[in-house]
Amino acid sequence: MNFSSTIKLVIKNLRARKGRSLLTILGIVIGVAGVIVIIALGAGAQSLILGQVTKLGADLLSIQPGKSNEKGPPAQMFGIVITTLTNGDAAALRDGSLPYAKAVNANVRGTATVTWGNRTIDTNFVGTDSYYPQVVSLTMQAGDFFDAQQDQGNANVVVLGSTVADGLFGGTGVNPLGQVIKVRNAANTEAGGIPLRVIGVTAPLGTSFFQDQDDQILLPLTIGQQQLLGIRHLQAINIKVAGDAYIDLTINDIKNVLDQRHRIKTEDDVDYTIRNVATAVDMLSTITDALRLFLTAMAAISLIVGGIGILNIMLATVGERTREIGLRKAVGATNGTIRRQFLIEAGLLTGLGGIAGIILGIIAAYLTSLLMQYLGYDWAFVISFSSICLAVGVSVLTGIIFGLYPAFKAARLDPIDALRYE
Amino acid sequence: MELINVINLSKNYGSDGVVTPVLHDLSFKIKQGEFVAIMGPSGSGKSTLMHILSFLDRPTNGSYKFDGRDTEDFDDDYLAQLRNERIGFVFQSFNLLPRTTVLDNVKLPLIYSKKKNHDQLAKQALAAVGLSHRLSYYTNQISGGEKQRVAIARALVCDPAVIFADEPTGNLDSKSGNTVMHILQRLNEEGRTIILVTHESDTANHAQRIIRIKDGRLVEDEKVKHRTIAQTDKELTK
Repeated sequence: MNFSSTIKLVIKNLRARKGRSLLTILGIVIGVAGVIVIIALGAGAQSLILGQVTKLGADLLSIQPGKSNEKGPPAQMFGIVITTLTNGDAAALRDGSLPYAKAVNANVRGTATVTWGNRTIDTNFVGTDSYYPQVVSLTMQAGDFFDAQQDQGNANVVVLGSTVADGLFGGTGVNPLGQVIKVRNAANTEAGGIPLRVIGVTAPLGTSFFQDQDDQILLPLTIGQQQLLGIRHLQAINIKVAGDAYIDLTINDIKNVLDQRHRIKTEDDVDYTIRNVATAVDMLSTITDALRLFLTAMAAISLIVGGIGILNIMLATVGERTREIGLRKAVGATNGTIRRQFLIEAGLLTGLGGIAGIILGIIAAYLTSLLMQYLGYDWAFVISFSSICLAVGVSVLTGIIFGLYPAFKAARLDPIDALRYE
Repeated sequence: MELINVINLSKNYGSDGVVTPVLHDLSFKIKQGEFVAIMGPSGSGKSTLMHILSFLDRPTNGSYKFDGRDTEDFDDDYLAQLRNERIGFVFQSFNLLPRTTVLDNVKLPLIYSKKKNHDQLAKQALAAVGLSHRLSYYTNQISGGEKQRVAIARALVCDPAVIFADEPTGNLDSKSGNTVMHILQRLNEEGRTIILVTHESDTANHAQRIIRIKDGRLVEDEKVKHRTIAQTDKELTK
């Protein structure tokens, strides 16, 4: 008996018991759909996270005060204030010692209470310099960013994020440009504040790392340092490098400058940390990859459970069809033919289940991506060919593995006993 | 020429420890074209003998020559091929496939054979048992007598040398039983060897010769003196 007629026979058998065949493959359908959905969601989430990181630019370096393990969190997270990074460091780095740096930008951050007329809102402030727009890709919605002269001259100017501009001026019809707002440290409960003239509003940046990038104001560094925070040190120096290729060179240059300025002799004395986006991307990729692997393993386990379902039903089928098997042997089926028939039946069942699962999984993954896009995330709908191959491969394999025992059992039946079986 | 030649054949059941002998030292020959009844009460070993003769089982001792060749050396796959090509079975309980049409039931042995034109062969076999009008019926839609005729068509479809009929009338009323015996006698007249296994002498008398078995031993082997000829059935001429 050849292969194609066995297939025809098996299909005829499966069609004769449609309801049961459907129930049999349900576990596989769900398992395969699970694998597809999980892999698609994993890829979507990964692209979302990595997209947000790389939005910052892979050619961005950040120097933070304090020594920290490459993979550990920065010291500031524990509330420790480290004052080793200074305006002098930023100036020295800007002073031609970094040939491949496009811009060096010094930052302090904090929370501020902002008042205009009778409107008061709480927001974040960034005390920064005129190099900020070059380092963080920033576009203006209205007005201008402060220039070097305004920055160094401690001009009383401020640039508003679009959310803040909306909060203060929304609905009033007043053009924010040229208006004077009062800004004070949010920890300071006394009324009043430093009067700052609005000279620009940034274009919306959207949400990054689940934080509204537009809910902030940008003001000259010294105002932030001295008048709002009362500090003399920096919290970060961000450096835009001319290209990915110069990152390692520039890191070395930074080390030379800072080691000399901070009189660092051994590795243990280092009191700053240089981070770059590429490392962060690597780190995040490692984490998301591990997560995907874990989830895929979970889904694969559900496939094995589905396979056990197949095993059960196939065993029941062999029991139920004992007489049929006996008859087939009596009219000339060899053990091998019977074995092949049942193996193909199991393989075909799981194969069909796999196809149904793929369709179901793709639909579910697509709906999820629509939902995420509707919620405003930059979510990609990714169905990888390899995930489909994996799902179908595993499902057919489970079918064959779990179909083996019933098939051998069927083939071993003694035709005499089988014919007498009631 | 003998089709079947059994010499000192024995069969024991149970291998380790307890051995139950079922057949003792049987010897007989069956010629091509004979209609032989193997008769005996239940438990006599007649079914076991039929299983051995039809290659569903093997003897413990003695030899069984089929068509002049010793069957001892045949492997399982070759025995399956012999069952397919040289032997047809008719069972007491029909053993038709459920949820399957009459035509597909008859085609069943063909899918295990090298023969072509399955539809044509199956239709010819069904015409021979007068069931051309039932081709697309499902097996649960036809009567017991018709079921057994489908089974005979299935036994015929591969053009076998021998048809083994194991109590073919056991589950049938006398009229349907008569039809079945009529068909078997007609097939025999057309030159086919028929081996009928039964415990009823009325049925056995349709054969030309009766081999009587009791307690696993051959007690009598003789020609039927007053052979019953089954009456022509109107149904078959439809």
